[in-house]
Amino acid sequence: MITLTINGQSRQVDTADDTPLLWVIREQLQMTGTKFGCGAGLCGACTVHLDGVAVRSCQTAAKDAVAKKITTIEGLGGGKPHALQVAWEVEQVPQCGYCQSGQIMQAASLLAKNPDPTKQEIVGHMDGNLCRCMTYGRIQRAIVRAAADMRSKSGA
Amino acid sequence: MTNIDRIGLPSDLKRRNFLIGSGAAGLAFGYVAVSGVHGISDALAAGKFEPTAWYSIAPDGKITVMVGKAEMGQHVSSAMAQIVAEELEADWRMMNIQLVDNDPKYNDPVLGALITGGSWSVRMNFDAMSRAGAAGRITLIDAGAAMMGVPAGECRASNSQVIHTKSGKKVSYAKIVADGKASRVWTADELKAIKLKTPGQYTLVGQSVAQLDIPPKTNGTAKYGIDAMVPGMLYGKPIVPPVRYGAKVAAVDDSGAKKVRGFVKAVTLDDKTGTTTGWVVAVATTYDAAKKAAEALKIAYDKGPNAKVSDQTLIDEAKRLQQAGDSGQLFVKKGDSATAIAGAAKVLEAEYFTSINIHAPLEPMNATAYEKDGVWHIHTGNQFASRTGGIAAGALGVDPKNVVLHQYFIGGGFGRRLDGDMVVPAVLASKAVAKPVKLIYAREDDMAMDFTRPLTYQKVKAGLDADGKLVGLAHDVVCAWPTARWGIPEFLTPAVDKKGPLDSFTVNGADFWYTVPNHQVRAILNELAQKATPSGQLRSVAPGWTFWAVESMIDELAHAAGKDPVDYRLALLDGAGDNAVGAKKLANALRTAVGRSGYGAVTLPKNSGIGVACVSSQERATATWTACTAQVEVNPANGEFKVNRLTLAMDLGTVVNPDGVKAQIEGSALWGMSLALFEKAPLEGGALQVSNFNDYTPLRMSQMPDLDISVIASNDPASGCGEPGVTVIAPAIANAIFNAVGARVRSLPITAEAVKAAIKT
Repeated sequence: MITLTINGQSRQVDTADDTPLLWVIREQLQMTGTKFGCGAGLCGACTVHLDGVAVRSCQTAAKDAVAKKITTIEGLGGGKPHALQVAWEVEQVPQCGYCQSGQIMQAASLLAKNPDPTKQEIVGHMDGNLCRCMTYGRIQRAIVRAAADMRSKSGA
Repeated sequence: MTNIDRIGLPSDLKRRNFLIGSGAAGLAFGYVAVSGVHGISDALAAGKFEPTAWYSIAPDGKITVMVGKAEMGQHVSSAMAQIVAEELEADWRMMNIQLVDNDPKYNDPVLGALITGGSWSVRMNFDAMSRAGAAGRITLIDAGAAMMGVPAGECRASNSQVIHTKSGKKVSYAKIVADGKASRVWTADELKAIKLKTPGQYTLVGQSVAQLDIPPKTNGTAKYGIDAMVPGMLYGKPIVPPVRYGAKVAAVDDSGAKKVRGFVKAVTLDDKTGTTTGWVVAVATTYDAAKKAAEALKIAYDKGPNAKVSDQTLIDEAKRLQQAGDSGQLFVKKGDSATAIAGAAKVLEAEYFTSINIHAPLEPMNATAYEKDGVWHIHTGNQFASRTGGIAAGALGVDPKNVVLHQYFIGGGFGRRLDGDMVVPAVLASKAVAKPVKLIYAREDDMAMDFTRPLTYQKVKAGLDADGKLVGLAHDVVCAWPTARWGIPEFLTPAVDKKGPLDSFTVNGADFWYTVPNHQVRAILNELAQKATPSGQLRSVAPGWTFWAVESMIDELAHAAGKDPVDYRLALLDGAGDNAVGAKKLANALRTAVGRSGYGAVTLPKNSGIGVACVSSQERATATWTACTAQVEVNPANGEFKVNRLTLAMDLGTVVNPDGVKAQIEGSALWGMSLALFEKAPLEGGALQVSNFNDYTPLRMSQMPDLDISVIASNDPASGCGEPGVTVIAPAIANAIFNAVGARVRSLPITAEAVKAAIKT
């Protein structure tokens, strides 16, 4: 048994030491917003935050998340939609939508440390997240929009 | 509509009545198979009315449209709701969508099955959805007028309300539904007689309303097949054989797997449908345990007859077949191309290749299956529910009626989920352990067992007269036949030389809109490929390779004739004979893209060029007029090149949702570029040499060019937009490379080495 803190809640799970955090989140905790894409850290669909840092949950052993704050797409906004989720709707980003939880989590970690990223910084930060529908242009626009919204709110 | 009419199993919708009546959930609107008005009233009275429910209105005014189309991000569910809402005069904020299971009552009215593909959905369902909405509106107006005590003729509907124009009295759809009196049986003839809106009267169609499937895709609540949860379920991971097709399991040693905590059983599949060969499923209490058990299993294989097939053997066989003059069947035969070419002043001959490609949708193939009370339930997202349910039934040896396929959002379709292989290991593993099993392909399994875009070999021979005019063209297409593999006769097309049916999904597009007096297209099945690498439908299918050859060759001919490639194409698009109207629309799309690209007007840096291509993808009968220019920059020293900008113009008739159309064009154009430059699945030893996104590498954000997209306004019937963009990119890029540095490349994907080699010669 290990204890995980996920989206502010403490949960006990019975799992092997080396089981990827991804499967614990998805199948044991049944929070299915985090997706399985490649199992090798190559696509980013499984991106979650550990203490605010974006990680690939398919490459993170569940036991390594003990005593850290895990945030998934379900908990990103803390009860209300995150600026990125709002921007994702305004820009009508998702097509199949399967990669988008991971895209949003990856983008959130960028905006948390860089409130006004350049296009180059956005591309550099997001390039590891594959979108097979290739919604990249809209992802970029939504990140720029969310960043502006967040700046105007924090400045107000 | 030649192709389409053939594909459809005869539709009985034309003979069906449309019924509006109160049910448990409110007011239901749907086509009903019960014959005659009497039968319907009897069915209603007996409480047995079960229409082909197309939509319903709840007493709170919420409108739910049942969508028989697979939702894979093309927002088709939203488009269907938009079409209904237009004629229904519904408040868009009250619209909802619901995906349906594989009950035949939800079949596509034209295609006679639950199938989603071919960029067909909006085109084929527009009329039926519009009439369903209009019948609902008229019936609600009648009921609302009665409630208000005014003549129906003085009322109109707007925003989910019936309004008495003179007095300004209003009653909402919600109140009419709650009142419970609205009902009507529309005969097929009455339905047909409804005067639908003209495009100028549209208020919702043509608006970029927010797509209904998007909100749940931003917060993790959208449910895909892989998210299905069934109490007490186990997990399955396939262990796939070392060749794509034809292997047998000789022996399984599970002694190592038994040491894995949670391991339940290794199930060797006896797949009577032949969809899979030589598969084993490791079943365990968690997916992680199933994966560890799979790695611990020792399996001996008989690799079967395809173990030596490679890209090279497929190409050798294709060339042998092409050179045997009597192989294949004719798809186009106009005039006498052989004689015309023999008598031509100048003859060009070229071979074009495309590699094997895989779909690699981001949601790996999966299915969750269990049996309950004699009925098999399968939870998965699928594009061809009618056939996939049947495959599960075939594998289990049960009546297809006892297989229910529960539909989910699809985490990437692109044609991959037209196939039903994923249900086979799920149901057979579930049967073997007598428990529900969630079966998930690892990425490596998903890639190795893809139903691929086939390797294609095309030979084109063309003749010019002394003025550079194209007088004859012969085009041979050799590959595996993706749709013939399904064994569904309606999907095949009679050959024009009466040599039996051919798979038009290997040659569509080759029947182009250029006027060429002597034109022949031959479809040749590469049996070796058919057996070794079962091919599937990959986004755009044949036009993804036929236009590669056609649009490259037309460019080569233009240069050989000393003409500008744009002028040369426009002259061929003269709209003569069979090419009337369509050719002119294609010419218009070409001029639009060319104009916006600055072709001929901008000064380009050294070793840069703009190339053009124009296509009529998908089928000739369902053409969407699409043109593209690509601006590229080449480094002649090493052949490396960069695509800086793609300019697309598309005429797809009536546009239901402009932003949705734009999204599809953006995605499909980048797909086209990805296939043209970055994606290749080599075949060696009968196996696809791809494992994960490290060696199969679709385009990423950093590789995006600038995109400029124009949609040409038109009131023509709506056409499709999810695929044509894929087909036009590769030839535009190759033609641009030629314009930049004089290097002609004829093989996809285009590599720097190929460009460099072509510069030298």
